[in-house]
Amino acid sequence: MIRIHLASVFVTDQERARAFYTDTLGFELRQDVDMGGGNRWLTVGNPGEEGFELLLEPAGHPVVAPYQEGLVADGIPATSFAVDDLEAEHARLVGLGVQFTQPPTAMGPVITAVLDDTCGNLIQLAQMVG
Amino acid sequence: MSDVYEALAAPARRAILDALAGREEQTLFELLNRLRYDHEVVLTRQAVSQHLAVLESSGLVARRKAGRTVLISFDPAPLAQIALRWPTPQEES
Repeated sequence: MIRIHLASVFVTDQERARAFYTDTLGFELRQDVDMGGGNRWLTVGNPGEEGFELLLEPAGHPVVAPYQEGLVADGIPATSFAVDDLEAEHARLVGLGVQFTQPPTAMGPVITAVLDDTCGNLIQLAQMVG
Repeated sequence: MSDVYEALAAPARRAILDALAGREEQTLFELLNRLRYDHEVVLTRQAVSQHLAVLESSGLVARRKAGRTVLISFDPAPLAQIALRWPTPQEES
């Protein structure tokens, strides 16, 4: 059986990404290994839960900037995270100064919101309803 | 330059205005989702972009850049010319 154990988002600044994804979003740091050349193998995971890791990958390759630019211009999230109470998370994150391109909005079977991760990406938060 | 009548002639463009009326200043991503879930209109990103160009040319839609994101909004001002051209008698209250 093949399982997903790692997914990645490109981040324009790994130090800032480490702080945002742990301190602000609330993920736990899993690995932070110096790979040389100013790059780190930097992963975070769900709080209190082993297994799946999100790689915060350096954005050095020249195609990454236009990729991020195109998605952000149209408001398209790089990925999506699940929350239990989107209104509460939105209020908490706005209080921390996080910018949203879309406030919590009902979209069919989910309520979604879209935030700026300050590292080149928009991120969707989704709460299943019903 | 398209006029307001041409802009309103296509059902898809009227649906886009309906979706844009739901909230000021939406991203293309939000607009596409609102079309799908609030108005049951499924259009490709390319089709919506083309319709937005017609609506923008008629003045019914404005786009501005906020940081790196483009925000789209509905401007009903050009609709006033329809009422000026064919005034509707005020209903007695």
